[in-house]
Amino acid sequence: MAGGGLSSLRRSLLNIFRLGVKELRSLRSDPVLVFLIVYAFSFGIYEVATGVKFEVSNASVAIIDEDRSPLSRQIAAALLPPYFQKAEIIGAEEASEALDSGRYVFILDIPPHFERDLLSGKSPTLQLNVDATAMSMAGTGATYIQTIVTDEVTRALRTSGKATRQEAELVARALFNPNLDSVPFTSVMEVINNITLLSVILAGAALIREREHGTLEHLLVMPVTAIEIMSSKLWANGLVIVFAATLSLILVVQGILGVRTSGSLALFIAGALLYQFSVTALGILLATFTNSMAQYGLLVMPVLILMQLLSGSSTPLESMPVWLQNTMQVSPSTHFVAFSQAILYRGAGFAIVWPQLAVMAAIGAAFFFIALGRFRRAILRG
Amino acid sequence: MNGGTNNRDSRAAARLRGLTHRYGETFALDDVTLDIPAGCMAGLIGPDGVGKSTLLAILAGVRRIQSGEVTVLDGDMKAPAHRSLCHTRIAYMPQGLGKNLYPTLSVEENLDFFGRLFGLGAAERRERIEELLTATGLAPFPDRAVGALSGGMKQKLGLCCALIHDPDLLILDEPTTGVDPLSRRQFWELIDTIRARRPHMSVLVATAYMEEAERFDWLAAMDDGRVLATGAPADIREAAGKETLEAAFIGLLPEEKRARHKPVHVPPRMSHDGEPAIEATDLTRRFGDFVAVDRVNFRIERGEIFGFLGSNGCGKTTTMKMLTGLLPVSEGTARLFGKELNARDMTTRRRVGYMSQSFSLYEELTVRQNLELHAELFHIPKERREDRVREMLKSFDLEEVETARPDGLPLGIRQRLQLAVAVIHDPEILILDEPTSGVDPIARDQFWQYLIDLSREQGVTIFISTHFMNEAERCDRISLMHAGRVLAVGEPRVLSQERGETTLEAAFVDYLREAADLPEFGTDAQAQTDELPAPVTETEAGHRRFFSKRRLWAYTRREAMELLRDPVRLSFALVGPLILLVTLGYGISFDVENIPYAVFDQDRSLESRTLLREFEGSRYFEERAAIESAAERYRRLQSGDITLAIEIPEGYGRDLLSGHSPEISLLVAGSNPFRAETALGYGEAIIARYAEEQRRLQPMPTAEAAFHVETRFLFNQAFKSVFAIVPGAYMLLMMLIPAIMTAVGVVREKEMGSIANFRATPVTRLEFLLGKQLPYVALAFASFLSLLLMGLFLFRVPVEGSLSALIAGAALYVGASTAFGLLISSFVRSQIAALFATAIVAMTPTVNFSGMLTPVSTLEGTSRHMGKLFPSSWFQEISSGAVTKGLGFSDLWQAHIALALFCIVFLAAARVALRKQEK
Repeated sequence: MAGGGLSSLRRSLLNIFRLGVKELRSLRSDPVLVFLIVYAFSFGIYEVATGVKFEVSNASVAIIDEDRSPLSRQIAAALLPPYFQKAEIIGAEEASEALDSGRYVFILDIPPHFERDLLSGKSPTLQLNVDATAMSMAGTGATYIQTIVTDEVTRALRTSGKATRQEAELVARALFNPNLDSVPFTSVMEVINNITLLSVILAGAALIREREHGTLEHLLVMPVTAIEIMSSKLWANGLVIVFAATLSLILVVQGILGVRTSGSLALFIAGALLYQFSVTALGILLATFTNSMAQYGLLVMPVLILMQLLSGSSTPLESMPVWLQNTMQVSPSTHFVAFSQAILYRGAGFAIVWPQLAVMAAIGAAFFFIALGRFRRAILRG
Repeated sequence: MNGGTNNRDSRAAARLRGLTHRYGETFALDDVTLDIPAGCMAGLIGPDGVGKSTLLAILAGVRRIQSGEVTVLDGDMKAPAHRSLCHTRIAYMPQGLGKNLYPTLSVEENLDFFGRLFGLGAAERRERIEELLTATGLAPFPDRAVGALSGGMKQKLGLCCALIHDPDLLILDEPTTGVDPLSRRQFWELIDTIRARRPHMSVLVATAYMEEAERFDWLAAMDDGRVLATGAPADIREAAGKETLEAAFIGLLPEEKRARHKPVHVPPRMSHDGEPAIEATDLTRRFGDFVAVDRVNFRIERGEIFGFLGSNGCGKTTTMKMLTGLLPVSEGTARLFGKELNARDMTTRRRVGYMSQSFSLYEELTVRQNLELHAELFHIPKERREDRVREMLKSFDLEEVETARPDGLPLGIRQRLQLAVAVIHDPEILILDEPTSGVDPIARDQFWQYLIDLSREQGVTIFISTHFMNEAERCDRISLMHAGRVLAVGEPRVLSQERGETTLEAAFVDYLREAADLPEFGTDAQAQTDELPAPVTETEAGHRRFFSKRRLWAYTRREAMELLRDPVRLSFALVGPLILLVTLGYGISFDVENIPYAVFDQDRSLESRTLLREFEGSRYFEERAAIESAAERYRRLQSGDITLAIEIPEGYGRDLLSGHSPEISLLVAGSNPFRAETALGYGEAIIARYAEEQRRLQPMPTAEAAFHVETRFLFNQAFKSVFAIVPGAYMLLMMLIPAIMTAVGVVREKEMGSIANFRATPVTRLEFLLGKQLPYVALAFASFLSLLLMGLFLFRVPVEGSLSALIAGAALYVGASTAFGLLISSFVRSQIAALFATAIVAMTPTVNFSGMLTPVSTLEGTSRHMGKLFPSSWFQEISSGAVTKGLGFSDLWQAHIALALFCIVFLAAARVALRKQEK
């Protein structure tokens, strides 16, 4: 028969290659999909990176200035960008409504005669109202404001001759990201989130489409094995998404957003490929549990939400309860986030990140082989 | 069609003037001018892809008129008002077996749905459904799911659905393609009896069966978007001077096409020795209790053409799937090339070619790419591949469509492509499941000649199922199958002789009737006439052009039933959000605790230890092994082992006591800015507290002692994340889950074909959208209530403000999120794109710009606008306002109004994106 002379391994590799090319052609023929991938890795990243701040940045502050003294004005002027928006002076009666509507996160109430009482040693009290629903910045922001107020008060006391001496000088430095700017963090984490989202949906939904249209059944009567079909989806989708992610990292993150990543880009790409393998396998695995696109959508959405919000890319893993931290070890995203943070921010090398690479490979392989075990049965069911 | 001509009406059912329709560069209809007579059976005949389906779709008002005039039932089809009137007077049955039916609903439920769409009242519906079911012989199976019906039964049910509103014009697009001869006969007899009862009804049929066309009153023969001839079948035969309509039709074709046709010649088969190519022994397949194939035996010799005939759903396809290894065998054995079947045996797979009944090639690849892919997967050597692909394109007459994608091609051409793919690798056995269904006579003959040559010249064994009797007659042997069992095997001629019939079709019908225990037709048809329903009385919904509650309810009810029949989807929709709330509620936290730190103490004095004790006691910090060197400090921060390093310089204690200012340094890993900031903040606070302790002994006043800052955390006194996360999770989950539920709704109907019901019936776009939305609004709202209960009782997050404001907000919000899903669904063309677009478009504004993780007031530039332009931020305001801030309607009414506006705008946009007519 045709091709009888080929060794079976070579034939297998050829099949994987050709089916993968078919995947690429399918993808290219759906302009909406291509547009969405481009959008996600360009504008999507830019928008989130520049718009969302997890550190205290651009925080909205209002001041109820009942003192109207030079000191109270100095305090107002000392709340500066980029941490704070220009403080707005509001009346006491507006305060409650302003907080209710979420207009300001912080409202600082400077009582009447604050400066006078301070200088006469009466130890007056300032009130800082914080909208605690803004969890991400309420605590830290309050500390900042307190520090700023203290600085201004110290200066005022010093000029009035009541200076104080400092016992221990405190020097605080942040490594790897000296200004604690969140753009490098958010942008890269968003790239990772998009890799997850696109890989899982693309692989799983493509499988369901092939099943609904009978093309998978057709493949299974040809000299093609399930492992070849799955491998072809892995490499083809991996190529597209890792390529898009790398491009996004170079052009959008490093180029437009001007983020300086420290570690080796090649190592990151290698890790991204491994990660992509694991999430694509996850997508295929999830698809074997469902019969229709509607079911798949409902199954995949919660998985995506969990992988995005609990991987450590939005909030740190250490803050979760231990049982949840342990559960999240099953998710490859947790390891990839740790891996990326180590490489891109802290310039870590292979010697430091190899455990994450090994775990991702193991998780991916587990997903892959469970999916493979279910593949034939799941495809031919119904 | 007895006495059909007597009913001929001088009026025309439809008049076409200069009708032209193009798909890209291709003309489907080229300046067609035609009058189709009313009150009779009119037929369209012609090869595949000559514009028959396009013409019917335009007449039914389902496809838009590009240029030309079309008058149907005495009105202009370009006028929307007339079209909408026509929806109640025309019945349209699209091509494809049961394509416009709903597989998970029962026979009766499908009919009931159509009855409601046409505005019939409950009593009337019941009556008509009963009558139609009796008349079509479907009465014994009212509760059977349509997915489990055979093809013939589906077509009969489709006809019932079309007839439920008593149409004046019945348009049938290849209604009997893929239907077995017995069912086909029953189908036409049914049409006859209906016409006898309602003589003024016009029927227009496109068909590929010339013997059926022979019995019509009037025919239009089409080719290449043009009409070649019109008139009674006898006139057409006479004009061409041929005996049969098939021959006459071929005679009418242009010279170049006619040249391709040669009568099929079957040379006698040389008997081959040796093992049979295919052998089945007591082959049995069960699905649960149902025996699909029951102890089937046959031996097919090498080079033999073995025909497989039988009623729809008799087990032919199941048998073929077992032979290809797609279905496991329950009992018995199947042998190919003398070896027992093994699904994993690649060598056997390479020697077999298979074509499944439904199209199973890649719609998104071109014709040529599909052929190339298969040539490659069968490892045809590179140097021969191009020749082979070219040869296939030529043999199956596909050269003209080489670069086209199958999704736009007519059924017949798609089938030819499938055939080409099945034989591209020179298989020794061909298993073909109804390969010629929907293929025109010329192409069918070409294909058969190809098969016969393969069998006779190369000894290829061919196992083929068909519903065409003239094809069955060309087989060396045939087997008749019914209800999973083989009734007879033998040479076609011998079988008809045994039954004493002159034609194979008659013999076949006789066999089936005996097996199925059916009465003779003559008496049966008479009985049916009496049972046919009386004409429908004028209806309420039939005349409500713009909005009818009954039609809306028809769609709502059907969608809800489909949802209820899908327990997987239902449970994912209800349980998924609860699981998510649990994990998010416990998982997302801004409460920073246990920050890992280590100390680089170069002083090791009493003073340094006193300072460090402050850290040891803090719940915010967790100490790791001490640092010994600057290099180690860097490495550990880099690996993420510690987040914070505290360095105390040598001589710290001494300097402190001698009044110098020693320097303590905190080094933090800034890779996660939020954490770094928190760690520094807490660290500084601890050192400040320590300093204050020391100062107590000092006489001078210090800044800290000079005043106090009283910090009040409003709305969340305990400053615990759960109070912020739970209302945020309500917002997050009630956007993403409901949107995903509706996102595939419309586009699924587009992919599966049931969108035809929306196009061909009086239902309006708004009724359709709302009908599809309401069940999901109810489901999502139920899901919200379950989340709220979990929030109240598991997380103990009470609703401080107005509960009714929260609930009203949630109702509006799920309205907006489901409408958003529908909007996406109306825009895109595939379900994948719908999932993708919904996830990508909804995720960012919901997670990042809604105010859940970061307050909206701190967002910058376009992000803030993006947040405001999506419903999530508005519901976040309601959710966190009512739950934690103690607000009510008076504070939140603007957000409620905004959400209501989102519902309306999304629905209105979806209505615009959704077209009632195809292009």
